[in-house]
Amino acid sequence: MASRLAAAPRLGLRAVALGYVALLVLLPLAVVVWRTVRQGGSAFWAAISSAQAEQAFRLTAIVAGSAVVLNTIFGVAVAILLTRYSFPGKRVFSVLIDIPISISPIVVGLALVLVYGPYDGWFGASLHSAGIDIIYAVPGMVLATTFVSLPLVVREIVPVIEDEGFEQEQAARVLGAGAAQRFRRITLPTIKYALAYGVVLSIARSIGEFGAVKVVSGDISGSGQTQTATLLVDARVEQLEPGAYQVSLVLIAVAVVAIVVVSMIRPKEERA
Amino acid sequence: MTLSAVVAPATSDGPAPRRGTIGGSSSARLGAASGITLGTAVLWLSLLVLLPLAAVIAKSTAGGWTGFWHALTAPGAAQALRLTILSALAVTAINAVMGTLIAWVLVRDDFPGRRLVEVLIDIPFALPTIVAGLVLLALYGPTSPIGVNLLGTQRAVAFALLFVTLPFVVRTVQPVLIALDTEAEQAAASLGAGRLATFRRVVLPVILPAVVSGAALAFARAMGEYGSVLLISGGVNHARVSSMYAFQQIQNADYAGASATATVLLVVSLLVIVTLDVIQRRAARRG
Amino acid sequence: MTMNLMRTRRGRTAAALTLASVAAIGVSGCSAGGSSNKAKVNIVAYSVPKAAYDALEAAFQKTSQGKGVTFSESFGPSGTQSKAVASGQPADYVGFSLQSDLTKLVPKFVATGWDATPTKGMVSDSVVVIVVRKGNPLHITGWDDLIKPGVKIVTPDPASSGSAKWNILAAYTHVIADGGTDPQAQAYLKAFFKNVVSKPSSGANATTTFTQGTGDVLISYEDEAISARQKGAALDYLIPRESILIENPAAVTLTAPQAAKDFLAFALSADGQQIFASKGFRPVVPGVSPSVVEGANDPANPFPSVAKLTTIEQLGGWSAVNKTYFDPTAGVVTKIENSVG
Repeated sequence: MASRLAAAPRLGLRAVALGYVALLVLLPLAVVVWRTVRQGGSAFWAAISSAQAEQAFRLTAIVAGSAVVLNTIFGVAVAILLTRYSFPGKRVFSVLIDIPISISPIVVGLALVLVYGPYDGWFGASLHSAGIDIIYAVPGMVLATTFVSLPLVVREIVPVIEDEGFEQEQAARVLGAGAAQRFRRITLPTIKYALAYGVVLSIARSIGEFGAVKVVSGDISGSGQTQTATLLVDARVEQLEPGAYQVSLVLIAVAVVAIVVVSMIRPKEERA
Repeated sequence: MTLSAVVAPATSDGPAPRRGTIGGSSSARLGAASGITLGTAVLWLSLLVLLPLAAVIAKSTAGGWTGFWHALTAPGAAQALRLTILSALAVTAINAVMGTLIAWVLVRDDFPGRRLVEVLIDIPFALPTIVAGLVLLALYGPTSPIGVNLLGTQRAVAFALLFVTLPFVVRTVQPVLIALDTEAEQAAASLGAGRLATFRRVVLPVILPAVVSGAALAFARAMGEYGSVLLISGGVNHARVSSMYAFQQIQNADYAGASATATVLLVVSLLVIVTLDVIQRRAARRG
Repeated sequence: MTMNLMRTRRGRTAAALTLASVAAIGVSGCSAGGSSNKAKVNIVAYSVPKAAYDALEAAFQKTSQGKGVTFSESFGPSGTQSKAVASGQPADYVGFSLQSDLTKLVPKFVATGWDATPTKGMVSDSVVVIVVRKGNPLHITGWDDLIKPGVKIVTPDPASSGSAKWNILAAYTHVIADGGTDPQAQAYLKAFFKNVVSKPSSGANATTTFTQGTGDVLISYEDEAISARQKGAALDYLIPRESILIENPAAVTLTAPQAAKDFLAFALSADGQQIFASKGFRPVVPGVSPSVVEGANDPANPFPSVAKLTTIEQLGGWSAVNKTYFDPTAGVVTKIENSVG
């Protein structure tokens, strides 16, 4: 509690902590926001409504949306499996699911290219002759985005189900409720908020993915393109074209909204 | 947004004892439906994650140990790896300390604008990496309004990594501090222990697993970071990190060279995951 | 961790906000345009001609053949792009920095005989120039000033970039053009590489790196220098006394639609060449003289002749040049690069 710290060291610590955060995060953000605002409203509108930008935003929505749906289904299913069932290799399975959290996005991209690349990929070669294109096309980008945000939903739901305990479900099972019924009426209401939390985290992560999609996409702009909003920022910087700041501002706003939403879903932790 | 549940499920848990833990006796056996679900999940995990990562390792060892070593000691690869490891270590150490300090201030102190600080801390985690790169370039690049131009320096790379690893230790330590009962500290104080000694002997042992968890994740993130370092490194050779080197090799269709570096990064990631699991198991056993 | 199950306004507001943001992104991406029944042309090109191709596409779409045709573009380092097409990146029209990046795709992706045209398959020309900061603070006058101690050079990586190869050849052959010997040229190149501080992956990347503040000197295409100045970059360029003639090839792939062939023909027409010229490229079709080219040193006379211009033909063609100079193990340039480290 605040009163536990004596005044001088408390203020000192506070100053150091806040100064650090301000210098590292607030200041750079403020500069970008200021620069974008200073460039004016018409520049902003032109930058985000150009054909290329609109396609980029649309593709981001499609790719991120698909990844989130896939990971939500996977997340809920796996969470139930991990908490309600026992099977050999359960611990290993649980650890494996955490892998994507710590992997470099370039490694993710490379890994997918090696397996699904159209000419030399382990599976990609046969898929390509069957007419299915993964790398250099949208499916590859969905895979990459799904990969990097894989554990987010699972890890939010698991503790909630565990905390809830078995009694209700066992009672329901004894009373003859089927698995689907149990899921719908007992599990789902329990995990509602954790699920929303995980989904928002996944949305933010998926929208923001850059390195992995850069590797698998071929960075194609124009119609039939594989350029997401993040790749568009990169391309504009690289080609000395205007509008990188404006698109970045949109992405910053999305990130802030996600953070605020998530902090509202999750109630304030009790103070000690 | 807190990372706690994502980052280290066990250490994020409050003081409430966990029932029905993984492997607990109240778990059911697999039926037909759940069996199929598990099979599908495992298949999906394999196709999406396991096989591709195996392909990276396979590609890097295709030329045997000599091929692998040769690829790693190519001048660009070795230089990038050295910079990456040293920066990651330095940045992890700094943010382990600063992260703990920030968590302490957020939990134990009260000031106007604390809500804003909470949001700010999560921004590096939620922001797309390329936007983070642009943001850092705006402040620390040639157009810096404060006249600080770090473009193309190794310091700039370190700054970028400090930015993206900031939230990790804060978010793992915060819940532990919140749950920490201050009785022990009060007792120590009443026995005459100074603040620092109290911290060192009463608080630190409790939060240490959380600090280590956060630091491990920060380290993995710093090792593999790409988007935020890309712009500020200015394309200068000695400010190039391993992820950038691997990307360049992919562009040159040198998949073997890229895979060698990627395998090193992958091994680090796996070690971090294993470390986290060990810490979690130990905390669960103790808790 | 117990989740608070309050069905409060907070929870609902939160959900609403989330949906709103996702919807906003989706809606902002939704344009009224539906899919066209007309042809789509996939352009895969090297990194610097984006402005030129954007203009070419716009002009082409105003012609009768080009009405309703849509384009997708991919720009990147020439070598990388060539390998990408060879690995399956979809392409109808390919335009690279140097001829060998295109011949790599023959005959699997591009028909043999692609270069049996009056321009031998080329769509644009340029020369290698030295780009400096505005006002030329270091008073660079030519190649020999570049190897002075402390001069920081930016030039792309020859492993991926076509621009890089042109640059290195120009640096090397300027010694020969002045009457020097091969050992002297190699010594020059060694000193040159010692001064290189950055090797970005592509010509466009190198320009960005330079304009962001890295280095004192950038070696690049004349068209890239002009293009950068048109975009407002604060730099000057000088055409050295000795340089090399850059010739950029383009072709359509085996699976290309008629629209792609029409587009290539348009690029080679007087109108197309005029557009190339306005963006700083030297035309390959005789009789095309651009009126005024903004961004050039002298907009009224944008493409002055070079005193001593070496051509790839004189050096024996790209296959010979690649083998002698850029072979990954035995190439002259590769060896010098590795020795400098």
